[in-house]
Amino acid sequence: MKKIQILGPGCPKCKKMAENAETAARELGIDFEMEKVTDIKAIMGFGVMMTPALVVDGKVKVSGKLPDVDEIKKILV
Amino acid sequence: MHNLWKKHRVKMTMDWKREWKALAAIVVVFLCAYHLPVGRERFDNAVLEALALVKWYAREHVILCLVPAFFIAGAIAVFVSQASVMKYLGAGANKVLAYGVASVSGSVLAVCSCTVLPLFAGIYRMGAGLGPAAAFLYSGPAINVLAIILTGRVLGIEIGLARAVGAIVFSVVIGLLMHLIFRNEELGKAESPAILPEPGANRPLWQTAAYFAAMVGILVFANWGRPESATGFWYSIYSHKWLITAGLAAGLGVMLVAWIGIDWPRLALAALPSIVLALLFPEHPVISFAAALVGLSVVTSTHKGEPGEWFVSSWDLAKQILPLLFLGVLAAGALLGRPGQHGLIPSDWISRSVGGNSIQANLFASVAGAFMYFATLTEVPILKGLISGGMGKGPALALLLAGPALSLPNMLVIRSVIGTKKTTTYVLLVVIMAASTGLFYGAFF
Repeated sequence: MKKIQILGPGCPKCKKMAENAETAARELGIDFEMEKVTDIKAIMGFGVMMTPALVVDGKVKVSGKLPDVDEIKKILV
Repeated sequence: MHNLWKKHRVKMTMDWKREWKALAAIVVVFLCAYHLPVGRERFDNAVLEALALVKWYAREHVILCLVPAFFIAGAIAVFVSQASVMKYLGAGANKVLAYGVASVSGSVLAVCSCTVLPLFAGIYRMGAGLGPAAAFLYSGPAINVLAIILTGRVLGIEIGLARAVGAIVFSVVIGLLMHLIFRNEELGKAESPAILPEPGANRPLWQTAAYFAAMVGILVFANWGRPESATGFWYSIYSHKWLITAGLAAGLGVMLVAWIGIDWPRLALAALPSIVLALLFPEHPVISFAAALVGLSVVTSTHKGEPGEWFVSSWDLAKQILPLLFLGVLAAGALLGRPGQHGLIPSDWISRSVGGNSIQANLFASVAGAFMYFATLTEVPILKGLISGGMGKGPALALLLAGPALSLPNMLVIRSVIGTKKTTTYVLLVVIMAASTGLFYGAFF
């Protein structure tokens, strides 16, 4: 079970990131749980300054850019 | 029979607790429609003004200004390494440098307004501290490229420049003041250092600079206005502007092939319609310009890697901003009218509250700007309307400086990051700074 968190205050890029991550996880067929973190203090808690950011199992994998589905697949594998 | 009826009635009873909102909405819409002042001169005129203003923007500002500006803003998001800018705003950053970088980095980092607040919070808690964070917060929304380009184009070069320069200078002043006022309570930094993204593709700085210079050049020369006299240096630039623009476009094409990695047969194919149209309709260069934009879009959008990302980020910006801008223009037209015309709001209200360059007018404009929420770029058409309704130049600049940087919703977010006291101080500083800059500008221009 992977825990995927999307950090971002809710801008279009963050929403796109969430969509991409969901598609990637579905296509890989892995068991996952997704959470959107929109609170700025919580985002800071991850040490992330540039949103959107992708966190997998508590580790920041991407920040400040929007990866496509293939890139997220590589991160999730 | 009686029982059945009763049962049925119970089932069909209106659930007022849930439905009252829908009813209220219907009643409000009905009352508005019933009393719609169609036929009254002021209202009919306002509708006409709104449509006329939309038409004017569509004709004057979209192909030559807005679309190229989207490409430039998109390119900034992709080709300029944001991580390398953030390096100067990190925890160990040189303080003097941090203020300088914070005051101008908005043009690079804040292409999307929603990135300003996380960056602000990050700079404050994990990076260079309150001063540079406040400087960034103030300058960020005001100096993003799209805003400066559209301000310069619609409201005039002077006020566009004043907006950029004013935002940079006063962001440093506000940052320093915030630092001095609260120097005794710099908080302990967060434990974990900020995680910054890896710097992207490393292209030599001069290449990136030349690439952006070509794009900005195209934007500037394509929009070169006709000077008043038909002789002299400015006029000769004006009469050759399309030749210069075409030259810059060719240069940009070469750079796309040489540095960005687009293969040249595809680029040549995409450029072909534009060249043919330029030869066929030399008196309508806009046709050729539009064809070139379409060609560039086709080439970049079907390309993998950086060119594809460039198109996607430009497209995302356009998709996000255009509807807001459209509504902003409609609203500005309906409420304020075109120059010399009247909208719903009487011009003498405007000239009474923000006309001239009095202290009250500047203060009113900056307070109103601070609390009002402007969706990205909509401040420009609204201000255009206000100016044509009699707003002074000083108050206009005051509103531009206080407006996009602050709004009630973002004050609340700022408060959650730095607390009530610092937020109040910051808002007061912005309002006072904006009003005094407006006063100063209005007195000299």
